[in-house]
Amino acid sequence: MTLTLSPPTATPEPQAPLQPQGWLRYFSFSVDHKVIGLQYLVCGFLFYFVGGALAGMIRTELLTPLSDFMPRETYNEVLTLHGTVMIFLWIVPVVNGAFGNYLIPFYVGARDMAFPRLNAVAFWLIPPAGLLLISSYFIGSASQSGWTAYPPLSLTTPATGQVIWILSVLLLGSSSILGGINFIATILKLRRPGLKMLQLPMFCWALLGTSILVVLSTPVLAGTLVLLSFDIIAHTGFFNPALGGNAVVYQHLFWFYSHPAVYIMVLPAFGLVSEILPVHARKPLFGYITMVYSILAIVVLGLVVWAHHMFTSGTPPWMRLFFTIATSLIAVPTGIKFFNWLATLWGGKIALNSAMLFSCGFIFNFVFGGITGVALAQVPFDIHVHDTYFVVAHFHYIVYGGTVFVIFGSVYHWYPKFTGRLANETLGRLHFVLTFIGFNLCFAPQHWLGLNGMPRRVAEYDPQFTFVNQVSSVGALLMAISTLPFLINMIYSAFAGEKAGDNPWRALTPEWLTSSPPPVENWKGPAPLVTHPYGYGEAPQPQAVGASSP
Amino acid sequence: MPIPAAILTFGLSVVLVFIGLWVGQNVNLLPIDASANAPVYDELFQVLFSIGTSLLLGIVGLLIYSLVRYRRLAGDTGDGLAIEGNLPLEIFWTAVPAIVVLFIGIYSYDIYERMGGMAPLNDHSVHAMHNSADQAMAASMAPGMAMEAGAGPARVWAGISPTGSGADAVKVDVTAMQFAFIFRYPESGIISGELHVPVGQAVALNMEAKDVIHAFWVPQFRLKQDVIPGQPTLLSFTATKEGRYPIICAELCGPYHGGMRSTVVVEDPESYSAWVTKNSPAPLPVSASPVNPVPLQS
Repeated sequence: MTLTLSPPTATPEPQAPLQPQGWLRYFSFSVDHKVIGLQYLVCGFLFYFVGGALAGMIRTELLTPLSDFMPRETYNEVLTLHGTVMIFLWIVPVVNGAFGNYLIPFYVGARDMAFPRLNAVAFWLIPPAGLLLISSYFIGSASQSGWTAYPPLSLTTPATGQVIWILSVLLLGSSSILGGINFIATILKLRRPGLKMLQLPMFCWALLGTSILVVLSTPVLAGTLVLLSFDIIAHTGFFNPALGGNAVVYQHLFWFYSHPAVYIMVLPAFGLVSEILPVHARKPLFGYITMVYSILAIVVLGLVVWAHHMFTSGTPPWMRLFFTIATSLIAVPTGIKFFNWLATLWGGKIALNSAMLFSCGFIFNFVFGGITGVALAQVPFDIHVHDTYFVVAHFHYIVYGGTVFVIFGSVYHWYPKFTGRLANETLGRLHFVLTFIGFNLCFAPQHWLGLNGMPRRVAEYDPQFTFVNQVSSVGALLMAISTLPFLINMIYSAFAGEKAGDNPWRALTPEWLTSSPPPVENWKGPAPLVTHPYGYGEAPQPQAVGASSP
Repeated sequence: MPIPAAILTFGLSVVLVFIGLWVGQNVNLLPIDASANAPVYDELFQVLFSIGTSLLLGIVGLLIYSLVRYRRLAGDTGDGLAIEGNLPLEIFWTAVPAIVVLFIGIYSYDIYERMGGMAPLNDHSVHAMHNSADQAMAASMAPGMAMEAGAGPARVWAGISPTGSGADAVKVDVTAMQFAFIFRYPESGIISGELHVPVGQAVALNMEAKDVIHAFWVPQFRLKQDVIPGQPTLLSFTATKEGRYPIICAELCGPYHGGMRSTVVVEDPESYSAWVTKNSPAPLPVSASPVNPVPLQS
């Protein structure tokens, strides 16, 4: 426990000559956690626009009940790429890689991550993996079997696309594992002397929980996909019933990763919201300890709920019962977090700026998605709506209405830290209003579609659903339009935004106790000891003044 | 005189519960219910819809109230109250969701049991344990279902079976393939692209998939079951309302997945027998029924 890999005092001479300076840093193999964090962020946003364009193609196809916008095979390629890009190249790298890398070293009082070179390797696996995945569309055929790649379908669709899909997901999974190990090591081993685990900002706990899930479950996905590739390339029969294999075993293994993946996407968002709300409500985070235990409970429960994705796959009754109960139980720690956030707002002095609006939008959307989630956990309920648009609506409420809203809120919150300038609030609010209305218009009606008989992943549907699908597509169009004020804001404000100063929000967490943007190795002097990161409303805060050298 | 906060909170909660109940009772989001287990499903749906509405309105109401009531006034640079927690309150909002979730779990288990989801596979084996149930199933299975290998009884996977699949059930062998369902009636030898069933009588589907995973879904029956290659699957239901309802493949099965649809025609017993008679193939299959008094259609 005495091992400290990075001394908290400044090293005398940063190895400047080896690293490119200025904007070129962002295209280099930089080992600075802040550079890597922004690399993840910008790279993630590029893939987000790719995934968004794919979503736009899906919603365009669904404007009419007939398959008339693109060939059916292309439609399946598009929906597979949309799911894969959004999960593996946008949400997972951004909430973990981008914000995790940027913030965690500040929060633990370190000058960088535990393994800076590994960190850079983890990032630089992502662009080639993403380009590989997208290239499969242009060199024949992308995968057509959905992001779930269930065999035997994935064994019968064009093999090139499927193998490339497996390869790129393996690369992205490896990147994710490397990142997870790095976060665990940093949070447990690089804490500034004197800083206790229960004094860390909540985002550290969220990322610790997430990284545990990443390290435990991603290797299972990797192993599964390797077996799947054997089935495709070498015609083995692990998952091929025609050769004596079992297709359901794949589903178990796949969901053993892919359900925790939902928490890998959502827990960091919980952490980020826990940082944003206290700052803009000027109140301490309510119920710190219960928040920590909730995260740990979600981690444990999140590992034992995977078969609720398989209630119609012929799972035995006892298994259905077990997974119903385990899944429903997750509502309890999740509920605690939401009540704690509401209590954080209660009695505060709330500034309804862009960061806060997106955080509150997240609370609304996630509660909505959480309620449908508890319903979906019930076997008899799920049997009707499984694999329908109800499920599509549910998980978009969780991952878009939940996590993506938090990503936007976080970008507005930390924009002054990244750039030293404030983002434009008018454009930010416009962005929020368009996104919130567009998102709900797009996905709320899909619950009804699913209940009334529209399955997911179809290019054609019963004409009675035309109008509601068109409403949904209009919502998608609004979401697409909403990215314009965002992009304009981000680019314009980076050059001409109002100067922010070091700490425009008067926040107490350690990343604000240095210059904006921060220097290499984070602090000019010794790292401050912040033991009350949410000490709003308390008498003078000694920790904010910068602490003595240990 | 100001109303005490506790009474106000309690009053608001009661109002929310009533709004939730009203919405659950009066807002219908589901298609018509045309099978024996559909009304049971709808009962569960109503309860979940009511609870969900109350919770959502309560939480969103609290959120919006806070945002308005505690908005920061221009020029105010002070902090809010330094409240870091409240143990009784935190115990309260851990316990209440736990109780609600527990209630939902037990209730949905009851619903599932009423749908027949937890029941053994058929009426003959009600007393039997799982192993013998499987064997009983294998014995009573249609010839096509007895598995290619023939080595031992095939494992049969079951979905919901509201009325079991007793001897009086209409037996239909279902083959799911890219991109169609084929219905074979072993008793009459009919092979059809549409599923015809008599109203009010149990139907037992013996399903198998030829190529990839498909799923058999009839929204009006609130029934869905995956059909997985290598896993013969039993699904039974009793249709209760005459009409034509869509059968939809709900598992991505290839490019024409969206077009993999069929129809289940629920008709009165007379029309059903007439349909069977009309469509039975000329040479009667096997010697299932020794005499067929009905003349063949010209």
